[in-house]
Amino acid sequence: MAKRIDVKELNLYYGKFHAVQEVSIAVPPRNVTAFIGPSGCGKSTVLRSLNRMHEVAPGARVEGSVQLDGEDIYASSVDPVQVRRTIGMVFQRPNPFPTMSIKDNVVAGLRLAGTKNKKQLDEVAERSLRGANLWNEVKDRLDRPGGGLSGGQQQRLCIARAIAVQPDVLLMDEPCSALDPISTLAIEDLITELKKDFTIVIVTHNMQQAARVSDQTAFFNLNGVGQPGRLIEVDDTEKIFSNPSQKATEDYISGRFG
Amino acid sequence: MTTDTADLTRLATPPTFQSVSGARKFKNGLATAAVWGAFLVAIVPLVWVLFIVVQRGLPIVVNADWWQKSLNGLLSRQQGGGVYHAIYGTLVQGLVCAVISVPIGLMVGVYLVEYGGRSRLAKATTFMVDILTGVPSIVAALFVYSLWITTFGFGRSGFAVALALVLLMVPVIVRTTEEMLKIVPDELREASYALGIPKWKTIVKIVIPTALSGILTGIMLALARVMGETAPVLVLAAYAPYINYNLFDGPMASLPLLMTTERSNSTAAGFDRIWGAAITLVIIITLFNLLATVVSRVLAPKTK
Amino acid sequence: MKDPVVAEHPADTGDTGVERGASAAPSASEAPIPPTQEAAAAKAPHVRPGDRIFRGLATGSGIFIVVLIGAIGLFLLLRAVPSLGLNNANFLTSREWSTGDVGNMRFGILDLLLVTVVSSAVALLIAMPIALGIALFLTQYAPRRLARPFAYVIDLLAAVPSIIFGLWGLLVLGPQLTPIAESLTSALGFIPIFAQGNVSIALSGTIFTASIVLAVMILPIITAVSREVFDRTPVTHVEGAIALGATKWEVVRTTVWPFGKAGYVSASMLGLGRALGETIALTIILSATAKTFGWSLFDGGATFASKIALAAPEFNDPRSAGAYIAAGLVLFLLTFLVNAAARAIVAGHKEYE
Repeated sequence: MAKRIDVKELNLYYGKFHAVQEVSIAVPPRNVTAFIGPSGCGKSTVLRSLNRMHEVAPGARVEGSVQLDGEDIYASSVDPVQVRRTIGMVFQRPNPFPTMSIKDNVVAGLRLAGTKNKKQLDEVAERSLRGANLWNEVKDRLDRPGGGLSGGQQQRLCIARAIAVQPDVLLMDEPCSALDPISTLAIEDLITELKKDFTIVIVTHNMQQAARVSDQTAFFNLNGVGQPGRLIEVDDTEKIFSNPSQKATEDYISGRFG
Repeated sequence: MTTDTADLTRLATPPTFQSVSGARKFKNGLATAAVWGAFLVAIVPLVWVLFIVVQRGLPIVVNADWWQKSLNGLLSRQQGGGVYHAIYGTLVQGLVCAVISVPIGLMVGVYLVEYGGRSRLAKATTFMVDILTGVPSIVAALFVYSLWITTFGFGRSGFAVALALVLLMVPVIVRTTEEMLKIVPDELREASYALGIPKWKTIVKIVIPTALSGILTGIMLALARVMGETAPVLVLAAYAPYINYNLFDGPMASLPLLMTTERSNSTAAGFDRIWGAAITLVIIITLFNLLATVVSRVLAPKTK
Repeated sequence: MKDPVVAEHPADTGDTGVERGASAAPSASEAPIPPTQEAAAAKAPHVRPGDRIFRGLATGSGIFIVVLIGAIGLFLLLRAVPSLGLNNANFLTSREWSTGDVGNMRFGILDLLLVTVVSSAVALLIAMPIALGIALFLTQYAPRRLARPFAYVIDLLAAVPSIIFGLWGLLVLGPQLTPIAESLTSALGFIPIFAQGNVSIALSGTIFTASIVLAVMILPIITAVSREVFDRTPVTHVEGAIALGATKWEVVRTTVWPFGKAGYVSASMLGLGRALGETIALTIILSATAKTFGWSLFDGGATFASKIALAAPEFNDPRSAGAYIAAGLVLFLLTFLVNAAARAIVAGHKEYE
């Protein structure tokens, strides 16, 4: 089901502020693409524009096109709700629904879209929790509140919740930044497994993480405070970390930045 | 601050930690005493009122008849009888008021937090909710009188009272809902949108359930508040010493109305009925307050 | 790289301004689970039905509130105007109130207005310093662990029905106040407000008693709102003052008070609004009198609300009822102005938001 994403001349705004300028990038299917760059360079903003979450912010605006297997997700006839069902997202801080049990959290997307068949929901819950490497840890307490899990478990629960609706693409916005190293490792292993089925785009502050999990890396930067963020270069991860074509990328990677 | 041993080891140079000057110390002490005093002064009437209500009312209500009988057929000077007819009126008027107020108040709260933003309508609504909060209960009663009784031609009834109470209850529910929805983290809304759940379902199934415990607590407290209102029942309902189950027709008692009616009864029986009704009202309000606490405990999002 | 794909996509089609994590959803069908991209087939962007209905309900409820306030004013006016036409006295300046004979109604609100305003003002005068003390106590002085239960106790005052305060005021507190009232009139009777009033002091149905009871009743609202404002004093200000070696009182005077005083004034206005409209407690306490208000605290009389409440059970003729509704309309406008003023004061101080 994994699909490719083609971003063309994307410009993003918050009100009058031009946040991201002229980004064009292609994300191949069944592949992990990492977005790296300094704070404020717009990498999260670009990520959020890929499933139309950017426009949730007040005054936010999008120019340009984002195509999913050739279809513009910003076409006027496209329902953003449908886009988000097709392109899932995992956030920086784990955010399980506090009123729901572990199982209800996982199947929330399906259930709220109208699936009532209990057997089907149970199957999806198990499959998704297994897919998120969480099943063995929670199978005996599926009816307990999701908020009772550890941070790393909560984040994997959120991943299970996102993959339960069987999206084509999974967006991850710094999914490990609130986690300890062991939980981070668990998530990274999971990402490697998930890319068999999904197209994955991950924003990370951690360059080692980008190097470990991604196939392709995009480096974003900005000229100064108040300037729009830009895509400096995108290439195979190996190449970016060994022999980037831009000086700015090399400076950032080797820590000589700013 | 100086300590006891400071005197023994006094040095030629002044100590580093000098004591605060007398005048400043005095003012500080005075202010501390004043604020404690203010608090204690406020406790006096509360304790006094509750003491009087219990002292005069308790002997009357520790009697099964009080809760099971009405005052039907009793002369004004005759002891005995009960107030279940008035308890029924108070509860039913309050509950019907809640049934009407809760959806309206909830939706206004949802509008203000989830949809209104900074639009002019949202600002106007916020302003009007503030004004409605300050509308005196007698004015609410006169409005319902002008609309329901004079204009529409209905008679005085328990339902008219419930309508007036709606005006008093709605702004409280709006405020509570607004406050509770505001503290639901945006991350939950985003998580829901990212699952492809439409906005209205996000509000109904994710946002409101998360805020539910707080909202229900507010509703309970508002309900307790309106059940003690007297002005609307004076204007909009006629008193009956017997039970009337029909909210839409005929005189209907309620505890506040019973109390004001019995004020013209100067016998010992009248005195007993007033204070018995007073403690009954206090008990009902206390129960609803307790219920509010229980509801908020039970429904609060858990982590274990 | 000049593919003409620079169509603008405004955020939140159809939605205005800032919303909480908002997204309006122009959509096609509400298909379950990831359908492929059939949604794109539909041409015109139209709103998801569920969203449209729910949004409509919410917005409609908002409009309802605005309309409701208008309706209150309108209907009171509608019922008051015919009676005002039949009034043989000046509505604003007359001190008479006789509506029994609908052929010759003579009614004016001057006395009601004076009694209402004086009793509320005295109540405010009593309640304001005490409420300030309590609010400071609860936010600054009370031991941390006890602050919440203490605040709850003060809030309990608001939970006691006003009819009970009225009975307590007349039957319990009043007799205790009588000696104080008598010594005030005998010692300070030469000052008009302490002069012998137009009702019996011994029966304690005076504005003096009424104001004290009103003060108790408005304490919790003034305290609650002030407390909220004082609680928002920026911690940095307080820590700055402490770091300079200020005593507790100096901290309060130099940081909490300057920050919170507008909020405190606004809270007091809300309390005033509550006092102006209080009905049953005053109906019970104030002794009726045929004499006019003579500016003494030991006068009886009636406020707008108590006058209406006393007559309410006998509202049978729309013409005489209209006279009371006219009085109610004035009360509505009065509380409207006071509450709007309270709001305006807070609106001038954005930091409370």
